Amino acid sequence: MKQISTVIVGAGQAGLAMSKCLADRSIAHVVIERGEVANSWSHERWDSLKLLTPNWQTRLPGFAYAGSDSDGFMSMPQIVSHLQFYAQKITAPIEERTTVLSATAHGTGYCVQTSRGNWYCDNLVIASGACAQVRQPQFAQSIPNHITQLTPLNYRNPSQLGPGGVLVVGASATGVQLALEMNAAGHKVILAAGQHIRVPRQYRGFDIQWWMDRTGVLDMGLDEVDDPNRARRVPSLQLIGSKARPIMDLNALQADGVEIVGRLAGIRDGRALFSGSLTNHCALSDLKMNRLLDGFDDWAAAHKLENIAAPHRHAATSVSSNPRLQYDLNTGSIGTIVWATGYQPNFSWLQLPVFDSKGRLQHDSGVVAPGLYVLGLPFLRRRKSALLDGVGGDAEALADHLTLHATTHAA
Amino acid sequence: MTHANTNEGVIDNGVNTEALIGARCAFAETPEAAAFTFRSTCDWVDGTESINSINGYFGLGQDHERKQTFKIASDHPEVFAAKDSAPTPPEIVLAALASCLTGGVAAVAQHRGIQLRGVKAIVEGDVDVRGILGMDPDIRNGFGAVRVRFEIDADASDADIRALVAQSQKRSAVFDLITNPTNVHVDVA
Repeated sequence: MKQISTVIVGAGQAGLAMSKCLADRSIAHVVIERGEVANSWSHERWDSLKLLTPNWQTRLPGFAYAGSDSDGFMSMPQIVSHLQFYAQKITAPIEERTTVLSATAHGTGYCVQTSRGNWYCDNLVIASGACAQVRQPQFAQSIPNHITQLTPLNYRNPSQLGPGGVLVVGASATGVQLALEMNAAGHKVILAAGQHIRVPRQYRGFDIQWWMDRTGVLDMGLDEVDDPNRARRVPSLQLIGSKARPIMDLNALQADGVEIVGRLAGIRDGRALFSGSLTNHCALSDLKMNRLLDGFDDWAAAHKLENIAAPHRHAATSVSSNPRLQYDLNTGSIGTIVWATGYQPNFSWLQLPVFDSKGRLQHDSGVVAPGLYVLGLPFLRRRKSALLDGVGGDAEALADHLTLHATTHAA
Repeated sequence: MTHANTNEGVIDNGVNTEALIGARCAFAETPEAAAFTFRSTCDWVDGTESINSINGYFGLGQDHERKQTFKIASDHPEVFAAKDSAPTPPEIVLAALASCLTGGVAAVAQHRGIQLRGVKAIVEGDVDVRGILGMDPDIRNGFGAVRVRFEIDADASDADIRALVAQSQKRSAVFDLITNPTNVHVDVA
């Protein structure tokens, strides 16, 4: 049995940022990691993936990108070595290859059972990631057996694909990137698009993230949104970590030959049924994009940004007047379905009454319960909470809370 | 009930947004109260003519009776060798879609502080009747396409008006049930 003030679960950017913040506050802690530092980035992402945020936007507590390509996008090996370097720099006390089996209440603290013994702690920080599992619809079970089902967690590259077409379900960052790649590899690709957030990579000569960062969009807090639950469900921006195209959207995919259909609404008798709401989802997306860009233009005018490119609007999303409403999966022409339907964390090891009726972890700006914290979830405290660039600020705030709480306890 | 408001600066589309927001809060606390069941009872009259009676519904954990029973009759036009005493069922569906989206526009406009002066929705649905006559298995019974055109007079920009219409579709019950599959269970007593 080992006793320590704080146990951090997960040695990704969130766990490392928290480790740095606790070290700065002289709080004894250990970071438990099932694999190695940045394990999900090494093992649960596809080969061609690059970060959606530019290199300058990888600011972690006490550590920022120092390379020569600040506008570039890190590949997976690059982000892994970036985080490994950070872990060494801050001498994070990491127990690698140690799986957390459960966390339970123990006195006023917690007991963390791992594959290499138990830890007793006053504070527990959950930093195990927002993307541990793919959120798949129930009807995935009704997909005919001859179709291979892939998720972004087990897809690596197009060589994995059998013959035939691919149905990519979901048109956020993951869906558009995989549709692009699979189409380029010579497969017929159908992309089922529900709610999606269309944004250009570049706007008026700057990266979209530059605009979101400078205008304060990313700093937006929970008190500035109507409905935190809704803000936390907003899908990822339809982006790719590449400057090759100014915008990577449904129009670009259609120009490449990808067929766009409505949201996959169900499977009936082996037929995929697509929603007739595609036109509206595209209209909503176009309206939202233009509203965002209007905001940037207003900000640029108010801040007297001169010598920058003129405002520009992209053509409305082009939607077929009669998009396909169903596809017979029994014909064999579709060989693979890819679920790009979003991610969710895996808190199955957390054996505490901290979940709502839908199984979501309940927390107040990252504070789950006395001494129990979570980091790295969408809109945990701010719009940027789930970004590499946002987790540091949250870690600082939660480390402050933890320190204050620990002091109160001792007194 | 008039929605014209004489107080300058006060947006009134006749929608009680506060009550709706209150309901959201209440349903967050007790989600079971949000389970509603709507009903209609349809009596055959003669030929293709029938009349629906709509009154009771279940919601907020209990059955509700209204002060009056609403009647919706349906029939078919003379070209179908019917009496044309009432609209066809597909026309009632189009009407339901139009009413659902129009009500939604008013509610969203109220929430967004947009004063409406007039809203008209013109709905069309294309049907190839060879489907219902069983003449061609490749032709569906239902609408091949449905089009809705809104004419909205409001104190708002074109983009804001389009956003109202888009948001109304996003939250519409009838839009959902026309655009997405629904399991329908038909039984005989």
